[in-house]
Formats: sequence, C-alpha cells, structure tokens
Amino acid sequence: MELVKTIDLEKSFGTVKAVNQVSVSLESGKIYGLLGPNGSGKTTLMRLVAGLFCPTKGDIDVLSKKITVESRKSIAYMPTESFFYDYMRIKDVEKFFIDFFDDFDKEKFDELLKKMSLEKSMKITSLSSGMNAKLRVALTMARKAKVYLLDEPLNGIDLVARDAIMSAIIGGASEENAVVISSHLIDVMENVLDDVIFIKQGKVVINENAEEARAKYKKSIVDLYKEVYA
Amino acid sequence: MNEFNSGIPIYIQVINKLKKEMALSKIKPGDKLPSSRDLAIEYSINPNTASRVYREMELLGLCYTKRGLGTFVTEDEIMVNSIKENMAKEYTKGYVSSMGSLGYKKIEMIKLIESEEN
Repeated sequence: MELVKTIDLEKSFGTVKAVNQVSVSLESGKIYGLLGPNGSGKTTLMRLVAGLFCPTKGDIDVLSKKITVESRKSIAYMPTESFFYDYMRIKDVEKFFIDFFDDFDKEKFDELLKKMSLEKSMKITSLSSGMNAKLRVALTMARKAKVYLLDEPLNGIDLVARDAIMSAIIGGASEENAVVISSHLIDVMENVLDDVIFIKQGKVVINENAEEARAKYKKSIVDLYKEVYA
Repeated sequence: MNEFNSGIPIYIQVINKLKKEMALSKIKPGDKLPSSRDLAIEYSINPNTASRVYREMELLGLCYTKRGLGTFVTEDEIMVNSIKENMAKEYTKGYVSSMGSLGYKKIEMIKLIESEEN
C-alpha cells in the first residue's frame, strides 16, 4: 500500500533549490534508505514529508490525501539534532510525548529504553551524544505510526549503540508501516534496506530495490554510492 | 556485527550460516527457529530478507512452517547429515582447486594436510 507520494516536489531557500522535482512513493512493508552526502537535501525532503516545511512547488499525499497538520498523526519524524530542554529528565520527555502523540505506546517505550540501557531518572544534560541519539530513536519508534522518518540516526554513534539502534529500527518495521532512514553510513545500512533513494543536489538520481540495484550495477550499494558521489 | 560478502546475495549468506549451525548440531532437527523478525534483528538484516531466508530454506527442505507456531528445522536426519557432507565436499573442492592453481598434485596436498598441526 502506498503511504506517501510526492509529486514534482520542490523547496527553495532563496535561489537555492534544496529539493528539486522529487517524485517518490513510500509503500508499507518497506525500509527505505535516503542516501546522499551532507547538503544533498535529505533533511529538507524529510521535513517536507513530515509537514514541517511548506513546498515551494509540487504536492505531497499522505495516506492518499493532501498533506495537512492531521497527517502528522501518522508520521513519526526524528530530527537529527537533540530537541530536549535542559531541565528535563527522560521521564519528563516521556510525558511530553504522551501528551503530544495519541499513538505513543508506553510499554513499547519501556522496552526500548531497557534495550538502549537508559533509565527514566537520567537527566538530559547528563546524556552523551550517543545516549541522546538512542533516546530519540526510542521515542520515535515507541509511536505506532504509519511512516517513520529517521534523520541520521547513526550520526556520531559508536558501534555498540549502533547495533542497539539498528535493532530498534528493524524491530519496529512491519508490514503495515514504512521506515525511511537517512544516512551517509552506507556500509551499515546496506543489508537493512529494501529500497535505496540516492539524492544529489536536491534531485533523486537512483530510486530502486537494493538487491536489484546490486544485480543491475554489479556492485554493492557502498560502491555505487562512491561512484554516484565521487 | 555480522560481516557479509558484498558479492553474494545476503539471504544466501544467512542460509549458509544457518546450514553450518545445523551441520554442527548447534540447531537440531525439530528445533524451533527464531521468527523472521528476530532473525532480522540478530543478523542486522532487512525483515523481508529474513522471510526470504525461511522461504528458500523451506523450498530446499531444510525447514517447515507450522501455521501460527513458527518455523522448525526439518526432522529428516538424513537431510541434516547430508548438509554436513555437502559442505565438506564444497570446502574440499575449494581447497583442491586453489592448491591446483598453485600447481600442487593431490599426493602433495595430502602430505601437507598430514603435516598440518591441528
């Protein structure tokens, strides 16, 4: 089932087209990799689909309807930077999420926190950047959304935390939802993705099934990435 | 972390790992296998790839699905034993052909194997 569809989507900042004529479709039961170097337009595209930016041109359909504020109920977006207040402990952030999102599953969150080795009494200011990232992933995956948009969940994360984060993401993916992960750590992502979307200077340059891309170009996604962006 | 070779489809590599565990009796005939979701998490692979692993293994007669209960290793002991034999043959073939490409004769290979300390 098609959950999200963008049609000739464009977003300009001044004279810069951060997202340029992007037409992509996100289907349930799939994990997508939104891949590209810094500044290629990954975050802008995610923010557009999350309903946080208004498109300059083009359309976005969420669950076959034009995007509105309501669409945010079915989309769980994780920004790449920390968004917590300094005074908070993890349990305060949890309360925020319970208030904000009807689909927030407390039990699921408890389970995820455990897997991430985080305690509710921990202060936000005491968290390392890796712990902060784990918390953001746990909060996002604890929602029962249709579409998960994870912006650089592995940025600056050590190997052990990386495994915990990838497990949480894989464990949350189902036949009913779509997961989009943006990253430039292609090697870690390669085996997890159904489809790869390569974005370059705001434009989608490759959009296909990962296994088929490997067969078609006769190389790994990592090598394909190096070729496209070299 | 599981390291995969990029030249071979991932589902085949996972099947080979599971076959090896079966050959070594780490998983035994009739044992319940992890759900495809748990398999995906364990190997850090895509859930659809994990389902494919079980589909292909079922086609090979290595496992079977009980509706609502999960996937189980075949109870056919002959099948399980043949996995080990087939893997041994494959490894041997690989060794002999690599050594052959270095110009070794079988008799020399046997001598080398005997002199190799375990």
